[in-house]
Amino acid sequence: MLAYIIRRLLYAIPILIGVNLLTFALFFVVNTPDDMARMQLGVKRVTPEAIQKWKAERGYDKPLVWNAAAAGTGALTDTIFFSKSVRMFAGDFGRADDGRDIAREIGQRMGPSLAIAVPTFVLGLFVAISFALLLVFFRATTLDFAGVVLCVAMMSISGLFYIIGGQWLVSKVWHLVPISGYSGGLDAAKFLMLPVIIGVIGGIGSSTRWYRTIFLEEITRDYVRTARAKGLPERVVLFRHVLRNALIPILTGVVVVIPTLFMGSLLTESFFGVPGLGSYTIDAINAQDFAVVRSMVFIGSVLYILGLLATDLSYTLADPRVRFQ
Amino acid sequence: MSILSVKDLAIQIGAARPVDGVSLDIAAGECYALLGESGCGKSMTALGIMRLLPAAAQVAGGTVEFEGGDLLALPESGMRDIRGGGIGMIFQEPATSLNPVLTVGRQISEALDLHTTLRGAAARARAAELLDQVGIPDPLRRLDEYPFQLSGGLRQRVMIAIALAGEPRLLIADEPTTALDVTIQAQVLDLLDDLRRKRGMALFLITHDLGVVARMADRVGVMYAGQLVEEAPREAFFDQPAHPYSVRLFAALPDAERRGGRLATIPGSVPAADVRHPGCRFVERCSEVMAECRSAPPPWRDVESGQRVRCFLPGAAPAVAAGVGAGDTAIAFGSTPLLEVKDLQVHFPIRRGILQRAVGAVRAVDGMSLRLMPGRTLALVGESGCGKTTAGKAMLQLLRPTAGSVQLDGVELTTRSPGQLRPLRAKMQMVFQDPFASLNPRLRIGEIIAEGMQALGTGAGANRAAEVGTLLEQVGLRADMVTRYPHEFSGGQRQRIAIARALAVNPQLLICDEPTSALDVSVQAQILNLLSDLQRDLKLAYLFITHNIAVVDYLAHDVAVMYLGRVVERGMAEEVLGRPRHPYTKALLAAVPRVDGMRSEVPKLAGDMPSPANPPSGCHFHPRCPLADESCRRAYPAEMLFGATHAVRCIKAV
Amino acid sequence: MTAFAIQSVLLWSDALLFVLIGVIVGLSLWASRQDALRAAWARVAKDGVAMAAATVLAVFVLIGLLDSLHYRARLEPQPGAPARYAVEVNSALDALLSDLRQRAEKTYSAPLATHLYAKEALADSTQREFPRLKFGGAHLGDNLDNHEFDVALRASRGLAGGLVVWLLLVALVRRVNGLDLKAVMEVGAGGTATGAIFITLLPIFLLLGLAISLGGGYHVFGTDKVGQDVLYLSLKSIRTGLLIGTLTTLVMLPVAVLLGILAGYVGGWVDDLIQYLYTTLSSIPGVLLIAAAVLMMQVVIDTHPDWFATSAERADARLLALCLILGMTSWTGVARLLRGETLKLRELEFVQAAQAFGVGRFAIMRRHILPNLMHIVLISLVMDFSGLVLAEAVLSYVGVGVDPSTISFGTMINTARMELAREPMVWWSLVAAFGFMFALVLAANLFADAVRDAFDPRSSA
Repeated sequence: MLAYIIRRLLYAIPILIGVNLLTFALFFVVNTPDDMARMQLGVKRVTPEAIQKWKAERGYDKPLVWNAAAAGTGALTDTIFFSKSVRMFAGDFGRADDGRDIAREIGQRMGPSLAIAVPTFVLGLFVAISFALLLVFFRATTLDFAGVVLCVAMMSISGLFYIIGGQWLVSKVWHLVPISGYSGGLDAAKFLMLPVIIGVIGGIGSSTRWYRTIFLEEITRDYVRTARAKGLPERVVLFRHVLRNALIPILTGVVVVIPTLFMGSLLTESFFGVPGLGSYTIDAINAQDFAVVRSMVFIGSVLYILGLLATDLSYTLADPRVRFQ
Repeated sequence: MSILSVKDLAIQIGAARPVDGVSLDIAAGECYALLGESGCGKSMTALGIMRLLPAAAQVAGGTVEFEGGDLLALPESGMRDIRGGGIGMIFQEPATSLNPVLTVGRQISEALDLHTTLRGAAARARAAELLDQVGIPDPLRRLDEYPFQLSGGLRQRVMIAIALAGEPRLLIADEPTTALDVTIQAQVLDLLDDLRRKRGMALFLITHDLGVVARMADRVGVMYAGQLVEEAPREAFFDQPAHPYSVRLFAALPDAERRGGRLATIPGSVPAADVRHPGCRFVERCSEVMAECRSAPPPWRDVESGQRVRCFLPGAAPAVAAGVGAGDTAIAFGSTPLLEVKDLQVHFPIRRGILQRAVGAVRAVDGMSLRLMPGRTLALVGESGCGKTTAGKAMLQLLRPTAGSVQLDGVELTTRSPGQLRPLRAKMQMVFQDPFASLNPRLRIGEIIAEGMQALGTGAGANRAAEVGTLLEQVGLRADMVTRYPHEFSGGQRQRIAIARALAVNPQLLICDEPTSALDVSVQAQILNLLSDLQRDLKLAYLFITHNIAVVDYLAHDVAVMYLGRVVERGMAEEVLGRPRHPYTKALLAAVPRVDGMRSEVPKLAGDMPSPANPPSGCHFHPRCPLADESCRRAYPAEMLFGATHAVRCIKAV
Repeated sequence: MTAFAIQSVLLWSDALLFVLIGVIVGLSLWASRQDALRAAWARVAKDGVAMAAATVLAVFVLIGLLDSLHYRARLEPQPGAPARYAVEVNSALDALLSDLRQRAEKTYSAPLATHLYAKEALADSTQREFPRLKFGGAHLGDNLDNHEFDVALRASRGLAGGLVVWLLLVALVRRVNGLDLKAVMEVGAGGTATGAIFITLLPIFLLLGLAISLGGGYHVFGTDKVGQDVLYLSLKSIRTGLLIGTLTTLVMLPVAVLLGILAGYVGGWVDDLIQYLYTTLSSIPGVLLIAAAVLMMQVVIDTHPDWFATSAERADARLLALCLILGMTSWTGVARLLRGETLKLRELEFVQAAQAFGVGRFAIMRRHILPNLMHIVLISLVMDFSGLVLAEAVLSYVGVGVDPSTISFGTMINTARMELAREPMVWWSLVAAFGFMFALVLAANLFADAVRDAFDPRSSA
């Protein structure tokens, strides 16, 4: 099992390198730094000097991958590829356009992001699984049918609608919680409640349906019939037998998400004015701050790869067939 | 006094009635066998009794009384006490019937928890005791293991232990040994019989296998198209079956006496479950049809004491002609072997560790040799996992052998590239086991059959269509079926199509990999007849891969017995089957339940076949061999010849 | 008007859309020869919910297609000069809705209103007042007391008109098929759930009647910030949604199918490479990869203004690029699925039978693997559609969606959102966009479910 884990860890390395190369190609090869400068400076102010200045401010004035002018290892290190891409492995993401250190900014914004994402995730998981179990318990009845219809309807509604509608109803009409904003400490609860609830409701439709499908598939298996033939009540069959086995496919989809919770949610954070990584990203996209977007792409990938690793690990806990091989 | 009494049970799925008025009584301590082919409704009957029917099915009528109480009237909670407590049940597939993520101990104690007062350590001790009773060695260790760590035979024993946990008075066993090898089947049947006698427990055994019925049953019920058609004590039934269907089931069984002759077949197929029958359900396939058979359902009629039948025919149905065969009819064409295999090895590397280096190999085929003369049938016999299918594929070069030589008509195949092999592929073809997986569902029958001609460039373009038609007729289908798709055909018909596809390139050698194991006995007889006709007409040689000894007895000229990747005994059929010398062959033959009910004196094999990844030292068979001693552990035995053709790899063989 | 009053324009997305339709027609011809597939479609056709959803989808597709027939109107001919055509590219839908398109107000106005939503200093008054709309309710003149009555009248006329057309249609079908109404309502020819189609058509016709009747004199869904009719914007958004929902999959499918089958069937280092490729690509969170790619694409487009003759072309190129990017980031899931299925199929006996004949690798993939994967391709096509329509709105909101000049649900929501803080709220743009989107996505989801149930061997078992 240890060998299995180490092997999965080693497999992550080429993927990380691949992601790094891909982002480098996307940001520096598809368009030259000159193009980016021209685009950001606008057509009017564009002069060779301005472009040069723009590039120098960001360290984009070096050669891409090979600096023939530099001596020794400098030929490799004094390049855009090394300073912008390779350095990311060391947690050095450079500076944003406003001059702030991206790594520090990320560290500060992680907290608010997690404060929304974690409760949304945990609560969403709990609600959706309970709802799905309920539907499966009453499978092939009117309740089940109505539940599925509700799920399909809910997943047909745009996520933007949940946010806008929720804000309007809860904050503007009922005046229950502030419409947006954020503060630290216990005060945060009143700001977090609405985004969390909206996040949970917005996700119920599709995830309930997905869990229900998994449960229904599991419930047709032979071992379920064996469990019933023992005389077990349906409730025990569902919770002890079906749920345990359904956990394996569920883990595949769920565990991988956990590390990426750090990234926050783009929409929720920007609508609710939460100073997390999601709104950081969205602001960077709107301001076309390439350094920040590039850093977020890389961090997101690292977290996703961590999620893949965590998924592999979770199998060893949930599935004895993996644990003993 | 009957413990279970079913009256007029009917089960409905939509418009179909897979069970339509079944009545039977089982006495306490009795073994009642429900015999029938696939789709006759026998499993559905059992599930209906347990009220475990799938969601789409419901009981449409009738009563089920267990120990005097009506099960169908019980509330669900009351029924749960019956399940596991009054009636235990075991199923066909031990591989899927246990929960893969719970330990064996947990799954047993769950049942103890429901039906006994035992808890904690006492329950654990009882679970271990149950495992011991079902013959699982080292029960305490097994309690903490998961089902995937057990072999198929052990899993079925665990299933039995679970079913026994609630001390049921009736055990329903739905094809309990169908998925098991014949030596394991013998162990499990012995166990069931033993438990039944010791506990005075009634056994409701559902099976399609006449041999199992003969071995186990006190009384037999024969089911056809949702109804019982005959019920009799075992002796009377095997002495003289009364219903025309029962008679034909016996006549369709292949065995040595019918060798070279034709097996009786039942024409047509079982009617669909949604057909309404004004008369007898067997009428379309019966050769004794009378006018009244079509107009009214036949009533129950007593034949002898205890034997009753649903048929208008007075007395028992006449025996079916076509019994004794002409014996061995094959002539060897020429004296050079068509297929010669020497020291064939197929190893699959086992990759482990961080770098996935090969740390060992599954020796699926580990040095087997055999030769097949033109026009003859060589049966490659062995239990699942012995490597017989892998060997067949390696001979065809569908799998590249690790070492050894395969010569077809004197031409070495193993060294040839795929391109060089192509022209040789017309000479050898394969018929696969699963008629449902062997035809591409998206192609028409005509396209399927023409595929080989197209790929190998045989048969001119214009003639191809005509040839496909001829082939279809040759295998007993109609030429106008070329435009149909596979899903329109039954299992037997599909197997005919697969045979036609192989024949399309005029092969000399046909490798048949368990071609009848997925088929019912009556359909199996049709395919076996077809194969022997084709051999006679086209001078085909067959390499017949099978685990079914009866089929081997019926059609093989030569036999090779495989155990753990090697041939342990080979020779002419009458030598190997008539005078087996290897202890494994003897045990294998003895394990087959016989229709005449005779028991063999050869001791049953204990344990399972070891893993081919880690074969035992010396003779692979020694851990299970009653004759083994120190010398057997040292080296793999060399081949010993008994006469010109009979070779055995055993130092104890005499 | 001369014979050549228009010059037809074929945008790239139009061409691809027609290619897509061609592909669908071709595939359905192929499928109609396949018993199993035909049986599956027959199961879909029997499903009342599916047919109702299909009817709604068909209406959307019709609107989208009308909106894909582009042309440039001819300018007033100058004697002697060669014919010149307007820079503006319009579609057949624009022509149909020219009333709605041209009757722009000054700024916001509520649905069916007669006055603007904002007070203005009027020329002949010292007070700030709500000015009259130029077009909304203009036919009423000064007689504003009639407003409510007029709306009610027009509404009932519209509903009646819709009902009459529907009844005529039902009567026509009854005539042609010679069936009585009851039979038509239950199950039509060949087991198709005709009843569901007709029942769905009724509200569609009623709504259509309402819209036509009311739209003649009012702005049914009000107007937006620059005074454009919201109904017109909503209808124009449909094409964008449809394009993104379908073209993305079309772009992605060949790659996904090819790589998925190759990885599964060939195995070895090919499998390793393809798996590495899609694991790497799918490691990057989708939105971020799309955002990064779209940003880069924007740079390309902005630095090469000379590539596009008209702004319509530029917006179209951006739309296509978005489809391409979405496709490139979403092929991984399908490829993984197809690889898994191919691995299973490869071990099936009919594939081995073909190998026993020495049939080549590529022939086996084409004859034996691909046709048995088509149901997965189809299922993923219909299942992805609704997700993509929803994604468009989110991406446009994030700022990495379609060109701001392209009318889409996303851009509608995005502009309307700015006015949420306004008191009283400007709600109609949002409601219209969400409403249309909901109808489209719900229909697509319901249809997709039916297709999956009919085609997935597991769910039909």
